[in-house]
Amino acid sequence: MPERDPKQRASVFDEVGYGYTPEMALEEAMRCLQCKNPTCQEGCPVNIDIKGFIGAIIEGDHKRGVEILKERNALPAVCGRVCPQEEQCEQMCVLTKKGESVAIGRLERFLGDSDLACELDGRCVPAVAPSSGFRCAVVGSGPAGLACAGELAQLGHAVTIFESLHAPGGVLSYGIPEFRLPKVILDGEIETLSALGVELVTDTVVGQLVTVPELLAEEGFDAVFIGSGAGLPVFLGTPGENLNGVFSANEFLTRVNLLRAYEFPTSDTPVWRGRKVAVIGGGNVAMDAARTALRLGAEEVFLVYRRTEDEMPARKEEVHHAREEGVEFKMLCSPSEIVGRDGFVTGIVATRMELTEPDESGRRAPVCVMDSEFTIECDTVISAVGTRANPLLSKAAPELELTKRGYIVTDDDGTTNMPGVYAGGDIVTGAATVILAMGAGKKAAVAMDRWLRN
Amino acid sequence: MFPIVHKRQLSDAVFEIGVSAPKIAAKARAGQFLMVRIDDRGERIPLTFSDWSAEEGWIRFIFMRVGKTTHQLSHLEVGDSLLDVVGPLGVPTHTDGVDRIAIIGGGVGVAVAYPVARAMADAGAKVSVIIGARNKELLILEDELRALPLERFVVVTDDGSAGIKGLVTHPLKELCEAGEIDEAFAVGPAIMMKFCAATTRDFSVPTTVSLNPIMVDGTGMCGACRVSVDGETKFGCVDGPDFDGHAVDFEELMSRQRVYSDLEREADADYSQGCQCHL
Ligand SMILES: Cc1cc2nc3c(=O)[nH]c(=O)nc-3n(C[C@H](O)[C@H](O)[C@H](O)COP(=O)(O)OP(=O)(O)OC[C@H]3O[C@@H](n4cnc5c(N)ncnc54)[C@H](O)[C@@H]3O)c2cc1C
Ligand SMILES: Cc1cc2nc3c(=O)[nH]c(=O)nc-3n(C[C@H](O)[C@H](O)[C@H](O)COP(=O)(O)OP(=O)(O)OC[C@H]3O[C@@H](n4cnc5c(N)ncnc54)[C@H](O)[C@@H]3O)c2cc1C
Ligand code: FES
Repeated sequence: MPERDPKQRASVFDEVGYGYTPEMALEEAMRCLQCKNPTCQEGCPVNIDIKGFIGAIIEGDHKRGVEILKERNALPAVCGRVCPQEEQCEQMCVLTKKGESVAIGRLERFLGDSDLACELDGRCVPAVAPSSGFRCAVVGSGPAGLACAGELAQLGHAVTIFESLHAPGGVLSYGIPEFRLPKVILDGEIETLSALGVELVTDTVVGQLVTVPELLAEEGFDAVFIGSGAGLPVFLGTPGENLNGVFSANEFLTRVNLLRAYEFPTSDTPVWRGRKVAVIGGGNVAMDAARTALRLGAEEVFLVYRRTEDEMPARKEEVHHAREEGVEFKMLCSPSEIVGRDGFVTGIVATRMELTEPDESGRRAPVCVMDSEFTIECDTVISAVGTRANPLLSKAAPELELTKRGYIVTDDDGTTNMPGVYAGGDIVTGAATVILAMGAGKKAAVAMDRWLRN
Repeated sequence: MFPIVHKRQLSDAVFEIGVSAPKIAAKARAGQFLMVRIDDRGERIPLTFSDWSAEEGWIRFIFMRVGKTTHQLSHLEVGDSLLDVVGPLGVPTHTDGVDRIAIIGGGVGVAVAYPVARAMADAGAKVSVIIGARNKELLILEDELRALPLERFVVVTDDGSAGIKGLVTHPLKELCEAGEIDEAFAVGPAIMMKFCAATTRDFSVPTTVSLNPIMVDGTGMCGACRVSVDGETKFGCVDGPDFDGHAVDFEELMSRQRVYSDLEREADADYSQGCQCHL
């Protein structure tokens, strides 16, 4: 797939990958062996008929390809961009053994984009079952909530999504940057959901403006799905974490993505533009923060991670992109203190780490190397070390069973201990992936449908 | 969209705006706040409820014109709309079991002191209110406060142009010395809250402060609003905005409030230049 030149793209928020032309898509699709037993499909958490949609591309029937995709996945243009395909479908592709797997994600993106490119009327909008007369509330408009809402609408239920922010999409909107997932793509996919009849109510914090028990008892909803995500940032817990210039990745990315701070001052939200930026963490969030900092004009961006590159949970493609753009990797070091002057950050004191031999689970734990402290000079620290469950909603639904860490307890199909209340996505599993959240949302929709009709 | 149904200028730089928001009005409690965004390119800013009517379906807030967004807000009129109003946010001020309380409001903080005083009085507490401002012109909500059933009502100004000349901490100290209060609640500039808490500390009078750290989402998602309370990191928007004034690290709060000062001046200058009005 053609990509914007690393030097050029490191200063703009335009998307990195240009996507396939129809010719390229065909050429790539032709590499697919159309296996009798397509193992790739097993690698997909929502079980997309991969062979089927690639087959449709080979036949030149893109519309059918889109239909096949949308049977299982309401957001193909999103998933084609952000799914960790290399660990899912593509890893299971038989060609992987011989060399390179079929670029399933890119083909998915190609179809998703060509669907969005038509005016709404020309788009593939899945069929909707006759009205069931039931009303469902969905809390949160991240991938879990969107997938659940879409599925419920298709099953014939009236669906209202309540979102606390002013824009829908969850992490897709406030977290993942424009250069990986343009807003027009996200908005387009959400528009398709609206075409299914899903109502979207923003600016509504469930737990404050209305509670889950109230949705059921007073607002006339027959069932509720909670997809509120795990959006509570964790801080390092080191001295100096509240110095000016220390941000959670969530704050930094929300300012830039949701509030378009990169266009300041023609947009009103400012963002701190550091010269030397240290990003702590090794996941997708850390990669996004590091690459965003570069685009805001940082001279140097360090990624500080306590294991090695092999253990980094970020997608390989994003790690590769980050390095190409000039992010410097400082592996095997862990911050022990953030230091500053006059209230502002001046650096991180870090300790060198080494990895132990693998334990039974095969994981190598990082341990400190004695007397190895050193200082990384920087004027900005972005902490991307994880998130937890936000207690806002659950505090107002005390009967809801939670784990010790505040996540919602559910059965396999999203059923909670409150009758009529279902949950899925990061608020159940802890921070995971877009496609897993979507899978959970869909599964719960099916369980809700069964419960409603019984 | 949230239509503006009321506007009043309270002093040179302080305005009151009311918007129609029936659902929010039905849930509002004293001490809680809103996140407001004017338009598509706007910043989300936190503002506290100063008043509301569940019956009539409106909420009001009072704000001081300090930077771009509050400047822009001050130019809106009845009939215009705000794009986003999110609330109620934050934990309501606790009123249970309060017997004799002093409520101290400084500057635009009086906008918060008023509903809190009203809620305390409604809950049966004996309420003394102290409000302060730099000068007479900057005093707000004096009439509204006088209309409440208060034990005492003291006005102070820095220059003596209204009420007693001095700082709010003087009458507060007198109340403490006379043993006439069991609790205090202070809201205003951070430096004022800091000195109120320092005053009551000597008398071991528990003191709640309503903090105003910089916020982005107001729902616990970004961590911008973190404050240190008793050495622990708390989020102003979901754990507060009320905190134990004797445990808050005010120096850190004040430092963190300044983080965007330069950029904000830039935005406001940019805005003022483009705007034809005479600010
Ligand atoms: C920066 C970043 C990059 C990522 N990159 C990738 C990637 O490349 N690939 C990938 O697969 N995954 C990625 N992830 C992870 C993925 O985005 C999440 O796993 C996924 O978004 C979880 O979906 P969700 O629907 O459970 O929650 P969220 O996306 O968190 O959505 C929850 C929604 O609920 C709303 N909400 C919360 N509380 C309330 C309430 N009380 N009332 C109303 N609404 C509420 C929130 O505002 C939000 O919109 C990334 C995550 C981040 C943060
Ligand atoms: C819980 C809470 C309740 C508040 N209630 C009121 C109120 O009732 N009336 C009132 O006049 N003001 C209130 N404030 C302060 C108000 O939010 C700021 O005055 C406003 O954000 C300034 O925006 P601006 O663009 O006009 O000014 P800017 O030029 O952006 O900023 C001027 C100063 O305001 C503060 N500030 C800026 N952005 C924010 C932000 N996002 N959050 C908090 N503070 C910020 C900073 O100290 C800054 O230096 C409250 C703040 C909080 C946190
Ligand atoms: S304002 Fe974002 S966490 Fe409080």
